[in-house]
Amino acid sequence: MKVSCHWLKEYIDLEGIKAEVLAEMLTRGGIEVDGIENRNQGVDGVVVGYVISREKHPDADKLSVCVVDAGTGERLQIVCGAKNVDAGQKVPVALVGAVLPGGLKIKRAKLRGVESQGMICSARELGLNDKLLPKEQQEGILVLPESAPVGKPIVELLALNDNVLELDLTPNRSDCLSMLGVAYEVGALTGRPVKLPDNAVHHAAERADRHFQVRIEAKEQCSHYAARYIKGVAIGPSPLWLQSRLMAAGIRPINNVVDVTNYVMLEYGQPLHAFDADKLEGGRIEVRLAREGEELTTLDGQKRKLEPHMLVIADAAKPVALAGIMGGADSEVTGNTVNLLLESARFDGGAVRRTSRQLGLRSESSLRFEKEVDPERVLPALDRAASLIAELAQGLVAEGVVQDKTAPGEAREIIVTLDKINRYLGTGLSKMEVQTIFGRLQFESEVGDDGVFRVTPPSRRGDIVRDVDLIEEVARLYGYDNIPTTAIEGRTTPGGLTKPQAIRRGLRRLLADAGLHEAVSYSFTSPAGAALFPQLTDASRPIRLAMPMSEERSVLRTSLLPQLLDIAVYNRNRKTNDLALFEIGSVFHTQEEELTRQPKEKHRLAVLLTGNRRQAGWNRTAEPFDFYDAKGVLESVFASVGLAEDVEYEAAAPEHFHPGRTAAIRLRTERGAEPIGYVGQLHPSLQSEYGLADTYVLEIDLEPVYERADFNIRYRQLPRYPASERDLAVVVDRGVETARLTAAVREAGGDLLESVRLFDVYTGEKLGEGKKSVALALVYRHPERTLTDEEVAERHAAVVKKLEQSFSAELRK
Amino acid sequence: MGALSAEERPVVGQVANEVREAIEAVIQEKQEAFARLETESRLRAETIDVTLPGNAPAAGSIHPLNRIVQEIEDIFIGMGYTVAEGPEVETDYYNFEALNLPKNHPARDMQDSFYITEELLMRTQTSPVQVRTMKAMNGRTPVKVICPGKVYRRDDDDATHSFQFNQIEGLVIDKHIRISDLKGTLLQFSRQMFGSQAQIRLRPSFFPFTEPSMEVDVTCVQCGGSGCRMCKHTGWLEILGCGMVHPRVLEMGGYDPEEVTGFAFGMGVERIALLKYGIDDIRHFYTNDLRFLNQFGRL
Repeated sequence: MKVSCHWLKEYIDLEGIKAEVLAEMLTRGGIEVDGIENRNQGVDGVVVGYVISREKHPDADKLSVCVVDAGTGERLQIVCGAKNVDAGQKVPVALVGAVLPGGLKIKRAKLRGVESQGMICSARELGLNDKLLPKEQQEGILVLPESAPVGKPIVELLALNDNVLELDLTPNRSDCLSMLGVAYEVGALTGRPVKLPDNAVHHAAERADRHFQVRIEAKEQCSHYAARYIKGVAIGPSPLWLQSRLMAAGIRPINNVVDVTNYVMLEYGQPLHAFDADKLEGGRIEVRLAREGEELTTLDGQKRKLEPHMLVIADAAKPVALAGIMGGADSEVTGNTVNLLLESARFDGGAVRRTSRQLGLRSESSLRFEKEVDPERVLPALDRAASLIAELAQGLVAEGVVQDKTAPGEAREIIVTLDKINRYLGTGLSKMEVQTIFGRLQFESEVGDDGVFRVTPPSRRGDIVRDVDLIEEVARLYGYDNIPTTAIEGRTTPGGLTKPQAIRRGLRRLLADAGLHEAVSYSFTSPAGAALFPQLTDASRPIRLAMPMSEERSVLRTSLLPQLLDIAVYNRNRKTNDLALFEIGSVFHTQEEELTRQPKEKHRLAVLLTGNRRQAGWNRTAEPFDFYDAKGVLESVFASVGLAEDVEYEAAAPEHFHPGRTAAIRLRTERGAEPIGYVGQLHPSLQSEYGLADTYVLEIDLEPVYERADFNIRYRQLPRYPASERDLAVVVDRGVETARLTAAVREAGGDLLESVRLFDVYTGEKLGEGKKSVALALVYRHPERTLTDEEVAERHAAVVKKLEQSFSAELRK
Repeated sequence: MGALSAEERPVVGQVANEVREAIEAVIQEKQEAFARLETESRLRAETIDVTLPGNAPAAGSIHPLNRIVQEIEDIFIGMGYTVAEGPEVETDYYNFEALNLPKNHPARDMQDSFYITEELLMRTQTSPVQVRTMKAMNGRTPVKVICPGKVYRRDDDDATHSFQFNQIEGLVIDKHIRISDLKGTLLQFSRQMFGSQAQIRLRPSFFPFTEPSMEVDVTCVQCGGSGCRMCKHTGWLEILGCGMVHPRVLEMGGYDPEEVTGFAFGMGVERIALLKYGIDDIRHFYTNDLRFLNQFGRL
């Protein structure tokens, strides 16, 4: 809503209140002022001039030489380039010395040899928004009404010395979609009284109901429909003062009748519509739902198919308007219109909203109806418009309002106690203070000795329904700055994180400390992205947004990896080739084709490593990432949650992973070894598709980790007896997984074997085709005594034997 | 020695010993001196350029949005709050209806949503977690939670808008919660977050799930309130919305509004991060340019 201060002064005294102060006052009171626009963009020294004569420029086809009387006492010769300039016009003349928006100074000049003593201005040159001008004035110079007095400053004539406040209204304060509503608000804030506009109708003797009848059929969707009949209007442009006000409010003037309906809508917040009465058939207006197959061409020229839930205004034969949204083109007020039917009604907000949404058709009118208009302004606004049309378009208003209405709603009395107000706010307001606030708001209120207030808010404040709404009014007028600052009383509570929250936080720290950067990516991806790693999606069906913003972001992510790949590509395109990234976030899985319940949201951890783990430095060469870096990240993750011993890795070949360099990860739980994710290299063909170097990734479900994580540290006594260390190197087939070797060593080593550590894997020609050498360091220890050499030798021999038997291992000597 | 008499022997022996000791002492001294010299020369040879760069372990970082979330969480945990979470795909009921936004409510215009089906959508706010928390508490008091999380709104991306962003919402319910308590809580939070000099001011606003509703401004972090470009010369920055929990919302959450009152507040994590780090474009958070992420590696 744009509020012209100049206009607002009609309803409330703004003496001594600057626009900036008013804006701040409104904002602090809850009506946010987004900006203040001065309508005068820098015009000075421009006056009304009369074009006495216009001749063609002797040396230029497109220029005219005009003689102008601008009230300066001399005849000015002005060269003008506009096509529409003509003798007999009143025009804005920038005199020599005048300033125009943008700082342009008007000087005496010669144009193609002819002297020009000023400039005739277009609307745009005066800083007016030409989109808001009547169509005929959008091009060429601005032609002023004949009545404009010669010599009068244009700034005064067009009321340009005006500040316009741009209100950013919250949905509950639709009462301020009207100048009067804003005036009441300013009244409440300043304590100044509101002056209502004059809406006395001087009617003719002829009765309106002789011409037509009104009936509301759709009583749920319309509670009041009122109309007046106005005869013999002379359609023409509105006076400048009215045009200026509409333009200040951002509405383009059209003609005196339409302008009045818009003006009164802005004044009262009550949308109005004027029909050409002679285009309506059958002397009957019906407010009803559209019938199957009905159509209506609206004012914007669009033919619209109506549906049976849409509310229309109809004459005896057909729909003539979309109720509260837009009139029909057939009954539009035109230059030939003589008789009017002027409508003021209260349509149901929900009904208007639904139709307006469905048709994608929103108007200043629908905007107001959607938020419910004041039931008590239907008639005053109708009368105000009728009286203005009588005045400005010489219409004769017929006697009487023809109307139909459902039973009026009861006045709402709301009860609130002084005690509740003070308890809610933490204040110690007195009865008197609260009563003064209600008084300033013009809320009727009574208060008893017991501190119980009975308040009847005015109908314009439909947002005041409950006691807490009244408390808010008290709070905002008392001022939030005046409310004290206190600490919560009552029981204290221990704060903290849940186990999963603590784990996620710990992992972030752990991984960041390990040199990885955390990424946060979008939860929406492309259908291709969601299908890239099927083995990571738990056979989920894609979950598609009903109205995605783009195909690239149309489905919910099923894995974190596709986005990490995109991020890697993004960085690689910016010459960042070495990347260690992780993300912790949710993926969305469902087995349903059509979603009927919420999908499973799984917290996951994903890691991407590509390029070098260490860049080359002065004392080292570059070290590229490999599979074991990714696996190492996982090992430290599991160690940090006490699960180092509970994880298994097994070679696997999920889609789009390198078939020889990928492992399935399983976590041992009570339910057995559960698959929780994969770690591996991307398939080389995918890497080249993305233009990435060797890239290692992993993704795991965090839920099983939350469940199994063990933070209980139990101290184990430090060993008191010495250990015996034995190294062992065996040659085995290359395909033998070392995890199986170490498992066999553990089994054979039994209770005496404290640890086994793999410290070398070697392949070479000397070993023979398909063979590898694995070197292990074994530590034997007994907790309660020193082991003898014989005991160690015996157990170690068993270990060797086990390896020989199980893997045809050959002991390297 | 054999030529000496028995009397002379001890005397000469003693002299000889003394001589030997003297010689040995000299030798030892020389040896030590040589050793010292050798050590010194070796150490000289081992001298390195201490100004060459060290072998720092690789440095990573926590994403700035999560840094902010953790910082805010910690402030409220210190005030006795726990952290609650909820699903990102929400039902229309929890996202809107239980928050006093029935279907066709004009305030639903305020946030265009990503629906999946008629009943399921990407949550547009973290407020549904409030409702879920209330229901889980089953009428018990006090309730003191904050709810961080991702939310989604149909918004064209630009420097200050992102269709995906993060919110942190707070909810307190107890017997006698007042607006003055809300003011106190937010002032304490603002001072911990933005510095001990920070002031706050409340402006009336509207949210369907709170009444009264307010917007909260904090002293501009850039100019300290004297006015600058960042705060559009007002000295204030809008950082959060808040209010007293609407009686309808309390009822739907299983509380009697005549028995208990509560306050709720919510803020945008991106906005706080933009302000706190002086970041100029919200899209940086989601492009994950390493040159951006790298800047958030501090403790």
